[in-house]
Amino acid sequence: MKLHPIRGGIHPEYRKELTGARATEALPLPARLYIPLQQHIGAPAEVLVCEGDLVKKGQVIARRQGQVSVHHHASTSGRVVEVTEIPAPHPSGLPQPTIVIEPDGRDEWASLPEPIADPFAASPRAIEERVAESGIVGMGGAAFPSAVKLSLGIRQPIHTLLLNGAECEPYLTCDDRVMREDAAQVIDGARIMAHALGAPRVVVAIEENKPEALATMTVAATAFANVEVAQVPAMYPMGSERHLTLVVTGQETPARKLTADLGVVVHNVATARAVHQAVRLGRPLIARVVTVSGKALREPKNVLAPIGARVSDLIDFCGGFSQRPERLVQGGPMMGTPLPSLDVPVVKGTSGILALTAEEINDRPAGPCVRCGACVEICACGLTPVELAAHIRHDDLEGAAKLGVMDCVSCGSCSWVCPSHIPLVHYFNYAKGALHALERERHKNERTKRLVESRAARLEKLAAQRAANLARKPKGVAADEVRA
Amino acid sequence: MIVGELIKSGPYAHTENTVQRTMFMVLLALVPATVFDLFLFGWPAILLFGVTIGSCLLAEAACLALAGRPLNPLSDGSAILTGWLLAMTLPPWAPWWIGALGAVFAIPLAKHAFGGLGQNVFNPAMVARVALLVSFPVAMTAWVAPHPIFSAGAPSLAQSVAITFGAGQPDGVSAATALGYVKTELSRGIPVHESLEALGRDSNMTWAPDLMDLATGFEPGSLGETSAILILLGGLFLIRKRIITWHIPAMVLGTLFVMGTLFNALDSARFAPGLFHVFTGATFLGAFFIATDYVTSPVSKTGQLVFGFGVGLLTWVIRSFAGYPEGMAFAVLLMNSLTPIIDQYTRPRMFGRTRKGEPLPLERQG
Repeated sequence: MKLHPIRGGIHPEYRKELTGARATEALPLPARLYIPLQQHIGAPAEVLVCEGDLVKKGQVIARRQGQVSVHHHASTSGRVVEVTEIPAPHPSGLPQPTIVIEPDGRDEWASLPEPIADPFAASPRAIEERVAESGIVGMGGAAFPSAVKLSLGIRQPIHTLLLNGAECEPYLTCDDRVMREDAAQVIDGARIMAHALGAPRVVVAIEENKPEALATMTVAATAFANVEVAQVPAMYPMGSERHLTLVVTGQETPARKLTADLGVVVHNVATARAVHQAVRLGRPLIARVVTVSGKALREPKNVLAPIGARVSDLIDFCGGFSQRPERLVQGGPMMGTPLPSLDVPVVKGTSGILALTAEEINDRPAGPCVRCGACVEICACGLTPVELAAHIRHDDLEGAAKLGVMDCVSCGSCSWVCPSHIPLVHYFNYAKGALHALERERHKNERTKRLVESRAARLEKLAAQRAANLARKPKGVAADEVRA
Repeated sequence: MIVGELIKSGPYAHTENTVQRTMFMVLLALVPATVFDLFLFGWPAILLFGVTIGSCLLAEAACLALAGRPLNPLSDGSAILTGWLLAMTLPPWAPWWIGALGAVFAIPLAKHAFGGLGQNVFNPAMVARVALLVSFPVAMTAWVAPHPIFSAGAPSLAQSVAITFGAGQPDGVSAATALGYVKTELSRGIPVHESLEALGRDSNMTWAPDLMDLATGFEPGSLGETSAILILLGGLFLIRKRIITWHIPAMVLGTLFVMGTLFNALDSARFAPGLFHVFTGATFLGAFFIATDYVTSPVSKTGQLVFGFGVGLLTWVIRSFAGYPEGMAFAVLLMNSLTPIIDQYTRPRMFGRTRKGEPLPLERQG
């Protein structure tokens, strides 16, 4: 397949050898499971159980609210201990409503929805509905409800389902393992998703540093003429949706548009497997493969963890810490977020848990910018981080916006490459937040102004009407008199 | 809590590269040429070299102390590098105060007055060289022929101390640089091609360089002006180590060569040939070590091409038409002043946008 070049990119130390060769191991059932109502982008789900309820594995315990939301299911059978607030797996560590389940050890399945025997005969909407009720979100990390992305085919024709197996984040090997261990399920799930999207073509993009995954996926795809496997260069941020689309199809997504506007929808490989299980077996998303890695861990592993297992359960399963980690990260080291504590649960978007040493992070105090231009050279979005940072440092957010700070995907390459260790992406995240707040404020002001103006206009109109009525009355009287 | 402060966003991985490492690599790349040239010009050159770098470090420390900043930026190597580069552009037997005064121009005026490392608009070493050149034209153009350190004619250490710190350069050793010689001869009405021939023969110069001598360094001039080949090797080392890229050096050398060759072909009596321009003066030092200064050159590759072209062109113009025989320092400073504007017009195209910053038109496929 002909690939297209993208600008910029970096080659960090991948450190995938820590876990890449190890087969996925299932986590023994922990003493308690903590299932938050908000594990996804969109509205939190509505809780359906209360304290003391007995639940079965796969039973819906929280119902989606609104279009952009998903169901959540019991990851095993047991008793609901409480519905309470515990710290979220989010840097803020703010408490959020969570269902706590004490497993009974029987791991008994609830009655599941009927498998869809021939998904390719089923209507796309039926597939979409099954994906929605199975609680499936994008498993690459963003955790966007997958059913919403499957409905993109309604609005516009989709020509390609791009299956993202790039896994460009260092350390992470969970997608690699899923592709190596369950290639057939991944390909089947992808074909089902392509059917739901009405996409005639499926391309699985895998970075060249995963030769085994490339081999198994190529074998699994040979039976299907419309499924291709593309070997893409190993480079960060290859897995970025827009950039991967450009590499594979040569189509560049215009600013403020989606890849779907070009006819390309991107889904993660683990999501495809979850779709396979939901459609073919009726099983909801209740477990995922998590890469537990980092040099502060005794035994880094890929762990198949039930949703709701705590981070500390996974760390213990990996032999605990060999040294005090400098930082715990959820996700990959480039775009992952710091974990507020070890007590937070694994959620549907948790691709990795990293216990990193200071040596691995290699952070230093920021020095002065020497304008080396490395950040400009590597920016995959074609931005000039050196200039953006200068504007933001002087609180000129409008200036930064003009130079495209809102187009930044926060991949962190500029912060990685900076020889002065300036936390550039931190600046940009700040600026994006502040600009969003400004935009909201402006929007609100405009709305208020419009309301005030329309009220004034309405009052004016009323007054004019009243005046007209008053003016008409004597005239009317006069006319009456004339007629009389 | 084992997590520590949470406010800073990722990434939790960083390159091994640092500013210190960069500076160290540049210094390393300068070592071969410097050692060879210090050997060629002997003890006075070594003394001046020491004085210049020492003064720059002192000036840096004084500025940091005055600004109330910690003294550890001294270790970033930028002051040493500035002093080193400045020393390489001075006449090797210049008196000590040239080096010391140069440090005052370079560090407090050209760098810290603008806000310190990374903030200066002009290359500090070139500011110092030009300031010295226009203030002390005699001392700054008193070139000597090479006196290799243990050769018969070389001054002893005691004599050298007298040269650098006392009486100054003895009579009878001064010589013209190749560029200076050609320029002087031209002003006396002698066509370039004839003076070049004279350069090739052993004529009125105490040392007779031909192109090979120009390249290897056996010619009068500053430390950085001689041994072009060792400077070139140092520059290639920097490109190999990805400290600099080819863009600026290639454009500087290419433009000089093309302009020189073109005009020499048109009028060989008036204009020196391209190779002569490339191998004389501070061409290699300027192309690989001065014009590539991160702080004062454009950040994008396109910008660097424009910048390199400008440096090459201006150097050729100054050498060919202006009063000074060498124009590299002036050319670099002039282009430094254009860097912000070059940066503004050579930004990369943003992903998903046109060059003007508008979103790309939507083109569907399939």
